[in-house]
Amino acid sequence: MSDTVIDPVADDDGGDPVAGDALVDLLNGFIVELREAGLPVSLTEHLDAMEAVRFIPLDDRSAFKYALAATLVKNHAHWRAFETVFEVYFSLRGAEYAIDPDAELAELPEDVESGDARDGAGQAPANAGSGEALTPEELAQMLYQALLQGDDAMMRAMARQAVRRYAGMEPGRPVGGTYYLYRTMRNLDLDGMLEQMMQQSREDAPEPLTPLEERLEHDEYENRINQFKQEVEAEIRRRLVADRGVEAMAKTLRKPLPEDIDFMHASREEMISLRKALQPLTRRLAVRLARKRRHGRKGPLDFRNTVRHSLSYGGVPAEPKFRYPRPAKPEIFVIADISGSVAAFARFTLHLVHAIASQFSRVRSFVFIDGIDEVTRFFEGTEDIVEAVHRVNTEADVVWVDGHSDYGHAFEVFWQKWGTEVGPKTTVIILGDARNNYHASQSWVIKEIRHRARHVYWLNPEPRAYWDTGDSIVGEYGVHCDGTFECRNLRQLEGFVDHLV
Amino acid sequence: MTSDALPEHDPRFDSVDAVRDRLRSVDYLSDEGIAGIVYLADRLGKPILVEGPAGTGKTQLAKSVAEITGARLIRLQCYEGLDESKALYEWNYKKQLLRIQASRNEADSASWDDIEDDIFSDEFLLTRPLLEAIRAEDPVVLLIDEVDRVEVETEALLLEILSDYQVSIPELGTITARQIPLVFLTSNNTRELSEALKRRCLYLHVDYPDMEREKEIVLTKVPGVSETLADEIARIVRSIRQLELKKSPSVSETIDWARTLVLLGVDHVDTETAVATTNILLKYQSDIAKATKELTAEPAGVKRPGAPGAPAR
Repeated sequence: MSDTVIDPVADDDGGDPVAGDALVDLLNGFIVELREAGLPVSLTEHLDAMEAVRFIPLDDRSAFKYALAATLVKNHAHWRAFETVFEVYFSLRGAEYAIDPDAELAELPEDVESGDARDGAGQAPANAGSGEALTPEELAQMLYQALLQGDDAMMRAMARQAVRRYAGMEPGRPVGGTYYLYRTMRNLDLDGMLEQMMQQSREDAPEPLTPLEERLEHDEYENRINQFKQEVEAEIRRRLVADRGVEAMAKTLRKPLPEDIDFMHASREEMISLRKALQPLTRRLAVRLARKRRHGRKGPLDFRNTVRHSLSYGGVPAEPKFRYPRPAKPEIFVIADISGSVAAFARFTLHLVHAIASQFSRVRSFVFIDGIDEVTRFFEGTEDIVEAVHRVNTEADVVWVDGHSDYGHAFEVFWQKWGTEVGPKTTVIILGDARNNYHASQSWVIKEIRHRARHVYWLNPEPRAYWDTGDSIVGEYGVHCDGTFECRNLRQLEGFVDHLV
Repeated sequence: MTSDALPEHDPRFDSVDAVRDRLRSVDYLSDEGIAGIVYLADRLGKPILVEGPAGTGKTQLAKSVAEITGARLIRLQCYEGLDESKALYEWNYKKQLLRIQASRNEADSASWDDIEDDIFSDEFLLTRPLLEAIRAEDPVVLLIDEVDRVEVETEALLLEILSDYQVSIPELGTITARQIPLVFLTSNNTRELSEALKRRCLYLHVDYPDMEREKEIVLTKVPGVSETLADEIARIVRSIRQLELKKSPSVSETIDWARTLVLLGVDHVDTETAVATTNILLKYQSDIAKATKELTAEPAGVKRPGAPGAPAR
């Protein structure tokens, strides 16, 4: 289309040194943005990416994407972040970039629409603005048909129409598109459609559907609806990028990587990705800890053993033997604040600690708000930690007066009921922001606990800068602890658990 | 880039599509990403690090690529405690000792230097997989399996091979590859691999296939399976993977399940069959219980927490 078209390197020796300047610039910007988003892209990888795209036919967008991904993203958890940046940088950008297949794609749906619409609604002229001719009912009807038949091209066309009609996009507004997505979705009533489609397949079936069949149908339609949602999102993003430019858009869409998501301010969607990230993390942690235990440094010389073995060398101690250290497995008491804001954090920590429970001789958990309750029983005898954590949140008896955090009272009760069970092998971990609603701190309890226990640690999900501001009294407790840690995301949590063992 | 210093080699594949078609001819169904990265690895002369859940065909990919390129597959299975003498090379001490003994009996003609030169020569070298791959004259594919099982320190052994395709042996000097082998490293992600290793590789994440591809895989791998049965199998497996399980069914388990159903003479999976045979798909009792519960539940209660869309790749 223009002078920036780069020939795919077809010749065998791959010797086409002229990578177009435009492409180099674009890639540079792209990689800078990836780094901004937190992906560790090294210089070597940057060069590799440059090299790699020389071998890829640039009109093949997905091949281009995989080539970049293979050279730049070395951790699957970062894939989403990469994808977002990629979509922003390499989507509809006008005709001057040959790497952009969406330029044609954007025209395509119009044809598809008028070609495919069987019910007469697609009589509109096959050019931009044809959507205006459709009534909302027709639009809904066509979308319904597309979803029912799983017609990809049609779904894409409908996504385009829906965005044009309902999103009400205004040029120049510095938003990320969530609002537009919401507006579009609100007008489409996809849940209703799902119900309708289920009804349809129930009627179509010669005999009543078994639960299994019904479930499969349900999953299938749900999958299609999800796909449609993604189309809508992509469409909104394309339009936003066209409106506001790449850099601005990438900046708005920048999201923290799963391991950097702040527990206290995670959105629902982020929570899901956090949960997903947690599972491999626990597995990795368990393996690493077990390995560390086995492959620790050798212990002191084992005199007896050395002498015994020296007999086979005629009394010369040629083969010194060492004791293997057997580090005691610590016993863990987790005492977690599960009131409102810090609940998510407590949940993750409980989850993590119990998932690697085999690394400790015993794990006991207590949760409190202003009352305190032991919840170890929820974790015992069940393999499903998610379920157990859920039961902790619903069944534990943690409210004493008003359901506002009262660390002082909770600690006092802990000391009365379980204080004697804290022994020299116990490590006590306290989770909470120490926002005590100006109640008495009763920090003497922590002091007493520390006298008995091996270690006392405090994990605080708030940024360190906020500690001891307002009603936070973490400092008051902190002086009696062996360590207070800021623990706002998975990375810090992982670091702490590593430190613990 | 380093590729300047590497021996020239003819590309093995003409295009991404060629990779895909040839993989298909040996019954390995790749997707866009897999084929593209194999193609790139060949062109760039870089190793591929394949990561992903167990049983998604990571090892099989290396085997299939070896098959289509007509190359010999050299496999290094990693485990904890793997060391240089098992991965790279080892001197054949016994033979060296024999050689020294033998020289004693001879006349004193052989000086110490001669013997030393002699016993540290090719003849006394035991090659292990990595060195063997480097020295091979014929085309080879090197598979370093489950690289996440070795310790971080041992990983360093691989670095020289992966970036420069050479091995340095103090007594012999540096042995450089005669041709660049295709190298696959697989990892189950039980630990984070070192940056140095990742930097040298192309990264490929192999996830569970989407429904269409899984159906095709079942159709190619299981003889005697009907189209509709394969479709049902793929759909049920997709449903099960959406549950939160300790271990989701892998592709190989899907295939096992399909084989079982064919053997049982089933041509349509109803609820009872599915429930009765889930123990092939799932390996944990709690998972089986959960799946059974979900599959038989009335769908009015089908409310899963944020049912995720198709996996990213």
